[in-house]
Amino acid sequence: MSFLSHTLSEIGFAGASFGILIGISPLAGMILFTMVSSVAVGSLSSESSRREASISAISSLFIGLGILFLSLSSESSSYATNILFGSIVGISSKEVHQLMILSLVVIVIFIVFYKPLAFDSFDHIGARSAGLPTRMLSIAFLVTLALSVSIGAQIVGSLLVFILLTLPGATAKYLVHSVPKLIMVSVGLSLAGVWLGLYLAFVTNWPVTFFISAFEVIAYFLGLTYKNWKLNH
Amino acid sequence: MQMDERSVKGQLVIEAKNLTKRFGKQLVFKDVNFKIDDGEFISLVGPNGSGKTTLVKIIMGMEKKTDGELLMDKSQTVGYVPQFRNVDIDYPLDIESFVRLNLKFTMNPKKRAENNEIIKQILEKTRLTHLRKRPLGLASGGEKQKAYLAQALLNDPQILILDESTASLDVEVKMQLMDLVQELNQKYNLTVIFITHDYDLTKKYTHRALFFENNTIKPISVDEISEAMFE
Ligand SMILES: Nc1ncnc2c1ncn2[C@@H]1O[C@H](COP(=O)(O)OP(=O)(O)O)[C@@H](O)[C@H]1O
Ligand SMILES: [Mg+2]
Repeated sequence: MSFLSHTLSEIGFAGASFGILIGISPLAGMILFTMVSSVAVGSLSSESSRREASISAISSLFIGLGILFLSLSSESSSYATNILFGSIVGISSKEVHQLMILSLVVIVIFIVFYKPLAFDSFDHIGARSAGLPTRMLSIAFLVTLALSVSIGAQIVGSLLVFILLTLPGATAKYLVHSVPKLIMVSVGLSLAGVWLGLYLAFVTNWPVTFFISAFEVIAYFLGLTYKNWKLNH
Repeated sequence: MQMDERSVKGQLVIEAKNLTKRFGKQLVFKDVNFKIDDGEFISLVGPNGSGKTTLVKIIMGMEKKTDGELLMDKSQTVGYVPQFRNVDIDYPLDIESFVRLNLKFTMNPKKRAENNEIIKQILEKTRLTHLRKRPLGLASGGEKQKAYLAQALLNDPQILILDESTASLDVEVKMQLMDLVQELNQKYNLTVIFITHDYDLTKKYTHRALFFENNTIKPISVDEISEAMFE
């Protein structure tokens, strides 16, 4: 999962620069690239270790492509830093609306497939044995992941979007042990990180991304410490 | 799969007629014939790679047969405890949440209450109530197998398939798990298909066996089961 988010972030970066190159918005380019690759990956054969190896090879190619597209396009290099590091304060209200609609789509897919997605994510073999359509579910999962990457990239940038997608979830695993609680804690940690980061960035004029990643990393290590402490008591 | 007229409840559960399975050119078994009756506790024995898991996957509809017939009543539900599971020490869910994964989603408060009751009963049946908040990754081998069993039993199946569930367990723990399965078999008339490499357990608990060898499957009685079949 963390592996996929990272790869999708890189593919998203290539998609955004592709969008700039051909003159559509970076967001549209990003969604195009991440969606197509998600469906492609989801339709690949089920052998997951082989799948991860091939994804890993492909993702390096996409970083290269992203840089190529950017250098081919005539836009200034500030665009590149925007894609890589995000620009939450620079988002227009029109873009905010787009992001809201996309977020709504993610939430709807998530609610509709909540039970089977949880089964498949937490116990793939059990889900298959219980007769769930795991191929279809893995595509639904990857599509929501692709959308989430695209949305998150607008805020923290494609280099760090994977932090928001993976670290809060990893932290939550150390603290709570049921599906609803895991969701609540990881969403809570993401929100706390983003809000705190925005506030601190406003006060100090340092980059938002720095504060968000620092918050999530600190929370992660606190969670890890808590788990180890609990194991010994 | 189609419905066989004799497969009314109380009698035949599964019947194979000239069942054949190949993976590409590789033959797994050929022209196999056997029956499994309702309420039977039957073991599948034979060397690794002889096709035991493949047969149960065909029964589950997870693999396609190559030829022949497999007759079973489609309305029967099957609970399957697969041979391999990826649960490592960092696995996040506790035992109760893991068992819950197999519940159908519902917003209806009445159904939700019913579901909670079902979970409670299953945890009691499988003697997991006091362990329900333990993270599954930290549970012992026997506790993990009980959790897998509980999850498979959630939708009240008529057939339970255990694929080497007792492998790598201590003798005592094996017996506990098998006593539990035997109790389910006797109390609820659950048909149990038990894949194993364990001679003693086969002798002690099962009524009959299907012996897999040389691309065939032979039904044998408990008396015919010999230690040589487990080498
Ligand atoms: N999906 C598959 N594709 C190709 N060959 C398979 C597949 N599954 C199992 N086999 C082969 O079929 C044979 C029987 O396997 P299996 O049913 O797992 O044996 P057992 O459970 O008796 O150890 C083995 O030779 C195995 O390699
Ligand atoms: Mg097997």
